[in-house]
Amino acid sequence: MTATSPVEQVGGGVATYVDQRVGSNKFLARNLGKVFPDHWSFMLGEIALYSFIVVLLTGTFLTLFFKPSMVEVLYDGSYVPLKGIKMSQAYASTLDISFDVRGGLLLRQMHHWAALIFIAAMSVHMFRVFFTGAFRKPREFNWIIGVVLVTLGLGAGFSGYSLPDDLLSGTGLQIARGIMQSIPVIGTWMAFLLFDGEFPGTEFISRLYAVHILLIPGLILAMVTIHLMLVWTQKHTQFPGPGRTNDNVVGYPLLPVYMAKAGGFFFVVFGVIALIGGLVTINPIWIFGPFMPDQVSAGSQPDWYIGWLDGALRTMPNWESTLFGFTISWNIFVPAVIIPGIIFTALALYPFLEAWVTGDKKEHHLLDRPRNAPTRTGIGVMALSFYLLLWIGGGNDIIALTFGMSINSITWFLRIALFVVPPIMFVVTRRICLGLQRRDRDKLLHGYESGRILRLPHGEFIEVHQPINAKELAVITGKTDIAPLALPPATDADGVRNKHFHVKKLRAKLSGFFYSENVALPTAAEIEEGQHHAAHDAAIEAPLHAYEDADQINRAHGGVLHHPGMPETNAEQLANDGGHL
Amino acid sequence: MKFLAARRRSPLAAVAMLLIALIGIGAGYAVIANARPAEAAAVASSETQVEQGKRLYLEGCSSCHGMQSQGTSQGPTLVGVGAASVDFQVSSGRMPMAMPGAQAVARDPAQYTDEQIAAMAAYVASLAPGPAIPTEEDVNFENADAAQGGVLFRTNCSQCHQAAGQGGALTQGKYAPSLMQVEPKEIYEAMITGPQSMPVFSNATIPTKDKQAIIKYIDTLQTLPDPGGLALGRLGPVPETVFLWTAVFAALIGVAIWIGIKAR
Repeated sequence: MTATSPVEQVGGGVATYVDQRVGSNKFLARNLGKVFPDHWSFMLGEIALYSFIVVLLTGTFLTLFFKPSMVEVLYDGSYVPLKGIKMSQAYASTLDISFDVRGGLLLRQMHHWAALIFIAAMSVHMFRVFFTGAFRKPREFNWIIGVVLVTLGLGAGFSGYSLPDDLLSGTGLQIARGIMQSIPVIGTWMAFLLFDGEFPGTEFISRLYAVHILLIPGLILAMVTIHLMLVWTQKHTQFPGPGRTNDNVVGYPLLPVYMAKAGGFFFVVFGVIALIGGLVTINPIWIFGPFMPDQVSAGSQPDWYIGWLDGALRTMPNWESTLFGFTISWNIFVPAVIIPGIIFTALALYPFLEAWVTGDKKEHHLLDRPRNAPTRTGIGVMALSFYLLLWIGGGNDIIALTFGMSINSITWFLRIALFVVPPIMFVVTRRICLGLQRRDRDKLLHGYESGRILRLPHGEFIEVHQPINAKELAVITGKTDIAPLALPPATDADGVRNKHFHVKKLRAKLSGFFYSENVALPTAAEIEEGQHHAAHDAAIEAPLHAYEDADQINRAHGGVLHHPGMPETNAEQLANDGGHL
Repeated sequence: MKFLAARRRSPLAAVAMLLIALIGIGAGYAVIANARPAEAAAVASSETQVEQGKRLYLEGCSSCHGMQSQGTSQGPTLVGVGAASVDFQVSSGRMPMAMPGAQAVARDPAQYTDEQIAAMAAYVASLAPGPAIPTEEDVNFENADAAQGGVLFRTNCSQCHQAAGQGGALTQGKYAPSLMQVEPKEIYEAMITGPQSMPVFSNATIPTKDKQAIIKYIDTLQTLPDPGGLALGRLGPVPETVFLWTAVFAALIGVAIWIGIKAR
């Protein structure tokens, strides 16, 4: 054995000791060198994971002091404006955490901010996966797990928002109960079952507490584990680039590069959360006061992730009908049950819908650039604009107050815009994507516009195009052109009617809608010709490189790049350069 | 004069003349407008307070509220609204209204002097009995219970003025204003007169003692520090959302991009 440093000796000794007992070396050797691709957008999921860890840590601290009880107490803490007021023990203990537990307010605010960041990061991560087509085969299940995680995140957030039993959380619960009751037939039973009687009752906070600190976090942890294990075994997707194919992963190994990066990023996320938790107020429950069913505050809003549902409720016209003597509250049932039901179902099924429409059964490890899937990108932006409009609806009163507008006008604007804006966004986005595809094709054929305008000796102005570099070439040519499905024949050769003809026809039409307008990559021969052309431009430019020193340019000379001693005509230049332009 | 004569055909001459004329008219108007209250005060000394109030009323209010205060299509009757109502509306600058709108907007400073407001209040009070301007004693909230006031505030006020008193939107562009700048007397008057869309909280509904408690709670809100840091306007989750999606996400994604760039 050769001489080794003391560090290697000790480290090797420990590794050997552990390996002899748990057999870890083989596992570590195989996995520590695992390669991950590099892109900033691949770190959005990490933000979600890290903020979730912060939520767990701060949440554990809060459980030490929070009392999930609806028992009425008289407040006797240090917040004077509520002294001697009747309130639930849940609210009183949250006040104690905020004012009488050392560091309690900081940790409570960190918990709340981290929760908001957790769900926001999951959403942004989901946008990235959607717009790059990372949900395609073989990752459909992981997409569904992601959708489940977002849904669980909403549940975790809303249950946490409802626990302190302040005026806002009580108002939120009252609306949640109203939504339950709007479900035909089972609604009322369900509300009574969950709340153990009339609202607000004395049981719900403690029931919600079990859901908030045990059930949902447990499920999230389990789902996150499966999510990450699938990423591990399926390997991470990558954007097209030099040397990157559908069959490899180009990037850096887990150890040491990603350990350092991910570890560092964890502390950055933790730091940002600690900073805003210490500097920016969130949910000042002492101002809202304890929840009393006869009280409500103007500007009562849910946290951001429920804002779109609140917006749907606020935007919906007041429609009700009576069926067999029972009232059906369409005004609540449609925006708060049916719309989110459709949205989450569509979200979960989207990978399968797209695969069916496009007939694409291949495995994809190379990501789509959003422009190369214009219809998908259009659908995504359409859904996003719908979501954002609902969001505006959720804050309609604050917007009306802040900007001196009429809340009725905002609501009517939204009622129309929700149907008009998303389709416009779809068409516009799709056209922009197709335009970018054409531009990519143009870049391949003619190079990029260098911004250099040349006046040729005979007076013609040209813009010099230069060939794109190898990296950009790889990025642009990294896309796969998929042909739209052909229209099926109505009958086969023997005149027998094609089974499921109409379904197949619909599918072919949708596939055409997806792909028919896509701009195909130029063929190798076309690129060859284009490169030749660009090289020609470069050759014309060549003799003029001598003008790079701006001081030497004689600007008085009609604005033409000209300089004493340089050839003034092509003929002169040809003579100087021995017959070469 | 040679200097000016040489430049009278300059393209800037017309602009300069226009500027001089505008400044002259503006300055002249300012002088005349400011001279009016002094003139009014001079006349006031030779008439009773009610007479002075009536004269001011006919000058400034009657076009909307009618020559006999009977109300017109432009404004409600003032018979029976009481001195408190006049004091509230005029001293907060809401009346006279600059232009018709969803509701009268508070303006600072008020358009009349304290003496003139007192005169108009006396005139309106002389038309029919109505709520009187609260006394110093009425609005003295020193010994009131802020916590109890908080309960009353959240039961009676927060559904429009918001739990932190930051104000809230009502229908058709109307709104409940923020209470962060209001004076105790103003709050008391608003409660007994019910201005704009606000209901009347008479002493039968909320006794003076409770009104003082509410005033004390609003005063507490006005001076309350924010132990949690930057308060984001105390408007609840909407500004929190805006802060999250702008500042916080800019920071986090900025770091992510930075880490991504470093690897190249």
